Amino acid sequence: MSEAAPITRSADVLIIGGGMAACWAAIMAAQAGVEVLLVDKGFVGTSGVTATGGPNHWWVAPEPGRRETAIEERYARSFGLAERDWMARIIDETWRALPQLAGYYPFAGDGKGGTFYSGVRGPEYMRALRRFAQDAGVTILDHHPSLELLLHADGAVAGAAGYARLKQQTWTVRAGAVVIATGGCAFRSGLIGSHGNSGDGLLMAAEAGAVLSGMEFSVSYSLSPAWNSTRTLPYFAARFFDTEGRELDVPPPMSGEAAHLRALARALETGPVLADLSDAPDALKRGLRRIQPASLAPFERKRIDLFRDRFPVRIFGEGTVRGTGGLQIVGDGCETSVANLYAAGDSATRELVAGATSGGGAQNAAWALTSGRIAGAAAAAHARGAGRRRDAPVKAAGTAGLRPASTARLPDAREGLPVIQAATIGYDAALWRSGDKLVRHRDAVEAIWRTIADHGHAEGGGAVALREHAAMAACARWILAAALTRDESRGMHMRIDRPGTDPAQQSRLLVAGLDRVWTRPERGAAQEIAA
Amino acid sequence: MIAQIFAERCTGCQACVAACPTHVFDAGTDGVPLIARLDQCQTCFMCELYCPADALYVAPEQEGEPGLSAAEALAMGQVGRLRHDYGWDRDAPPEAPHLQDFWQLGPLLREGAEIAARRYAKRKAAFEDG
Repeated sequence: MSEAAPITRSADVLIIGGGMAACWAAIMAAQAGVEVLLVDKGFVGTSGVTATGGPNHWWVAPEPGRRETAIEERYARSFGLAERDWMARIIDETWRALPQLAGYYPFAGDGKGGTFYSGVRGPEYMRALRRFAQDAGVTILDHHPSLELLLHADGAVAGAAGYARLKQQTWTVRAGAVVIATGGCAFRSGLIGSHGNSGDGLLMAAEAGAVLSGMEFSVSYSLSPAWNSTRTLPYFAARFFDTEGRELDVPPPMSGEAAHLRALARALETGPVLADLSDAPDALKRGLRRIQPASLAPFERKRIDLFRDRFPVRIFGEGTVRGTGGLQIVGDGCETSVANLYAAGDSATRELVAGATSGGGAQNAAWALTSGRIAGAAAAAHARGAGRRRDAPVKAAGTAGLRPASTARLPDAREGLPVIQAATIGYDAALWRSGDKLVRHRDAVEAIWRTIADHGHAEGGGAVALREHAAMAACARWILAAALTRDESRGMHMRIDRPGTDPAQQSRLLVAGLDRVWTRPERGAAQEIAA
Repeated sequence: MIAQIFAERCTGCQACVAACPTHVFDAGTDGVPLIARLDQCQTCFMCELYCPADALYVAPEQEGEPGLSAAEALAMGQVGRLRHDYGWDRDAPPEAPHLQDFWQLGPLLREGAEIAARRYAKRKAAFEDG
């Protein structure tokens, strides 16, 4: 445990997280004139799945009819769970916000004589957002993982506490409003950029009483070379072969993602799958290095020519990162169900714009940007009115891994991870869900959760790691409970024992609880899932 | 996995310690950072971008020990390559910005998907024709 004195600070708005949603939230809050502190587990600029990627944002000009058409097209694919007003908001906000980065991001041409704003390369985008936030007055604390939220006696969020891992000091921040922007949970699948995306913010918020939504919509994968997850641009034209050289019957990626993923998953369960990119567009072969150089490095460093040689691939689970589930949003300002607490980006449910589908890259980035900006602005306005209440007594809300219910010891949390992964991103468990399998996985995950909740305790950096495992176990429990309750197939939630979509279940599904997990339709009575 | 920090190139600036999103490095007592938590390396290559001295090499496999000597890493001819490809080692001339081709990402992705769709339809038709 650290010997150094704890760090104590206060701010009007505390942002937890360091990706694009967190940065946009911090920028908007600071521009509203309040004091903003941003704490990230990693480094703002390299943290999270945006930094290693290249997000394209939903980009529709404000010309007559165009946005309405775009919204109707996406609404038709949402399985009735999205909201047109939210889609209109993210299109409009994205259109107005991205050009504001011009002083920080090296925007270049769009190939038609204009400026290309909608797509940005990850490392440059996050570097730009860091500088923009700092110039707006945001104080950034890198390598300050959060461990838990602090609560006022009335249940409102009062701040957060964590561990500064480079300084080896504990920290406490009191704030008038807190924004959770810690990303989704990818269950340590190896998905590029997602190592830190362990659902920490969802656990912290749930301990404070927050409710989640859409956790059953967490079935998403991306294809990469088997030895290193990259972005997916190079692989869209791939043909697939087994090790005997027989071409596999894999439907193309745009024919319906489920068929494509299921064919790959089934083949991967029987043996290695080799990709052949010789059919890729010529312009891609010539230009990949200038567009997405990081996708070449894993090949060149193994002396593989990715457009000539066949190479093994696998699909990497994306959990709630590209899945839609997250904290329930209850108001127009990205408020959660807990006072003083806001959610943005992949930490928040994206059902409002994507419904039961992933939404695809462009809609997801526009959501992260917009929900960040909305949450930051709303948090600033709220904090200005409510004040920091920094002298009021507070209670720390953390449970599993911090305050064991029974005798404390340090469990080897890593032992539970394969069970959690099998239940959430395991190909068979996720792509072919059924009531029987969900019950079996639920019971297995429950035992892991119980060990951490009853006994888990660690200090310093060990506490950060243990809490990450607690958060992944908690996310797995919510996913399994929601998938079990949603007694139908809808969008990316596919039950082989309930293949049809049931019009009576066209409602978002809430899930929450730690000791006991419960679910209920957004409008309807609670239905407890026995622990 | 991060394989090597080249002591003779490292200036001891500790930029990699700060920039690593997953806290792989510790500041070293002799100025050269230590690879302290290899199990947390996600092979994201971000440390290479943020190292102004090109003093790091990340091996491509994201699992297992990299097991590559400094000499072997240098012999790959890849040290500093990624930072150069990104253009982070130099300013771009105004007429040729680093990101001038980036707009092609979406169109090329769609073109790849269309190639796959056409090929698949042809294959299915041939199969049905017997």
